[in-house]
Amino acid sequence: MADAVLDQSLDHRAATVAARRHFLTRFVIYGLLVIFAAIYLVPLLVVVLNSFRDQQEIARNGLISLPRSFRLEAWGQAWSSYCIGGTCEGMQRNFYNSLKMTIPATIISTAVGAMNGYILSKWRFRGSEALFTCMLLGVFIPGQISLMPWAFILGNLGLSNSVYGLVLIHVIQGISFTTLFCRNYYVSIPDDLIKAARIDGAGFWRIFRKIILPLSSPILIVTVIWQFTGIWNEYLFGVVFTSGQQQPITAALVALTASGTNVRAYDVMSAAVLIGALPPLLIYLFGGKYFVRGLTQGAIK
Amino acid sequence: MSNHDLILPVPAPARLWRERLGSAMPLLVLGPSLVASFVYVFVFTGWTLYISVSNSSLLPTYGFVGLDNYASLWANRRWNIAYTNLFLFSGFYIVGSMAVGLLLAILIDQRVRGEAAWRTIFLYPLAVSFIVTGTVWSWLYNPVDGIQALVRGLGWTSFSFALASDRHYAIYAVIITGVWQASGFAMALFLAGLRSVDQDLVKAAQIDGASTFRIYRKVLLPTIAPIFLAVAVIQIQFAIKTFDLVAALTKGGPGISTTFPAIYVYDLMFQRGQIGEGAAAAIMMLAAVAVVLVPYSFWVVWRRRKEAGHG
Repeated sequence: MADAVLDQSLDHRAATVAARRHFLTRFVIYGLLVIFAAIYLVPLLVVVLNSFRDQQEIARNGLISLPRSFRLEAWGQAWSSYCIGGTCEGMQRNFYNSLKMTIPATIISTAVGAMNGYILSKWRFRGSEALFTCMLLGVFIPGQISLMPWAFILGNLGLSNSVYGLVLIHVIQGISFTTLFCRNYYVSIPDDLIKAARIDGAGFWRIFRKIILPLSSPILIVTVIWQFTGIWNEYLFGVVFTSGQQQPITAALVALTASGTNVRAYDVMSAAVLIGALPPLLIYLFGGKYFVRGLTQGAIK
Repeated sequence: MSNHDLILPVPAPARLWRERLGSAMPLLVLGPSLVASFVYVFVFTGWTLYISVSNSSLLPTYGFVGLDNYASLWANRRWNIAYTNLFLFSGFYIVGSMAVGLLLAILIDQRVRGEAAWRTIFLYPLAVSFIVTGTVWSWLYNPVDGIQALVRGLGWTSFSFALASDRHYAIYAVIITGVWQASGFAMALFLAGLRSVDQDLVKAAQIDGASTFRIYRKVLLPTIAPIFLAVAVIQIQFAIKTFDLVAALTKGGPGISTTFPAIYVYDLMFQRGQIGEGAAAAIMMLAAVAVVLVPYSFWVVWRRRKEAGHG
């Protein structure tokens, strides 16, 4: 009887110890997650808050402090009237430049990649694997290698200091990636499907339109997101091959923050930084699943 | 003749044509991409290689000077700083981002609430350009307005945090920012790996009474070892190409203390008009990428063959 009671209380004690330990580990897990989340979010929060704060208040209290003022003017200035190197038009022109560069380059490189992937997975021929490997090498070549050749080619085509020149560069550079993505996806579509269609008399284009394309939306979304964010965020070619009013937004941001007048206008610069970061951030927030898939695919394969 | 054709329409040649066109279609469509890729990979590399052994200065010229450009490159103090920085940065950046990424992946793997939200928070820096990250962090490092000002304002008036403006420590400012940006990427890959491990293995270990820590150390982490290598290789590649981050964060300074190979190439080619030596530096970058990637690709192929052999 007494033994049973003792056993029970021991059990009980063991259970509370286990519960306490469980609580403690949970506490540590969530504590660490919160700390890291703060480290990741604070820089973003600082920029967002400062874009609404009064410049004088920032100068007085520093960049990292709770806002005591709220104004929207910095956004308007950053968009349309702030001066970068003599021209006072804000970031809008550079924002449009980035759009004019990114959208065509994304569409063309994705379309070409889809066709290439279709051929390299479903219309293999002797040596097609070797050719595919050669195309893949393009993924690894540092941009610095191609700077001089591009300068020569763009100069001869009359495309230096133009958004179209950048479109050309990003299409050629992007083909390796888009082909890789699409080819690895199309490989998983059963060959029997294609064979059956060929027996029914369907040709190259018809099979692509009627069979491949309807199955492609997941990989096309991944590719478009990957290309869009990559090209939008690119800096090296933008800064080397364009200047002033032709620059994409990344190059303009560096010019803006480097143009140190007397007072650093953190409010306007914060708004400008956010304008430059917003398109890829929105894509990330709304297409997060596909973004991560592109990332892991692009990395592992 | 034409009458004959009209009366007896023989479709054979036309059909033959169409069939031929049909069978040539894949090559016709693929052709331009193949040519473009070939030019991009081989002609561009060969061209830059050729410039690197020429006496080009302001404009490309093609007088052969052998390895002179390489010799003067390696004799240059700034290039020495650049590749020392590259080693330093690569080491800390890879170890740092993998350690943080692994920790985050394991934390998230503990069946936490709101997993999607945590993942979104840790990964968002990847969507943003290095220009944006570098710019914002350069403000945080700024001693007058940033973190130092914040801590001093809280009452610790002797607190000093001026990493980015100190020539001995500025490289660590670049490293911290790089780790901040890239650890989410490592986390995503590690988490995907942990999730793909056969759950029966974990259950068997649990039945044997192994602790969570032991299960990670003995079962889960060894199983995802290839992912460690993949992450490391990708990060090294990125480290070699580092340009935007430094351009926005420190502009290679203070002085020349955070010069990187990519910054050096840009400077020589477009600021100083020393195209030949700049091309030599670009070739050295390519060589560095190859040193990492060639053995890695052989290893990947070898492993696939081995797995295929066993399966």
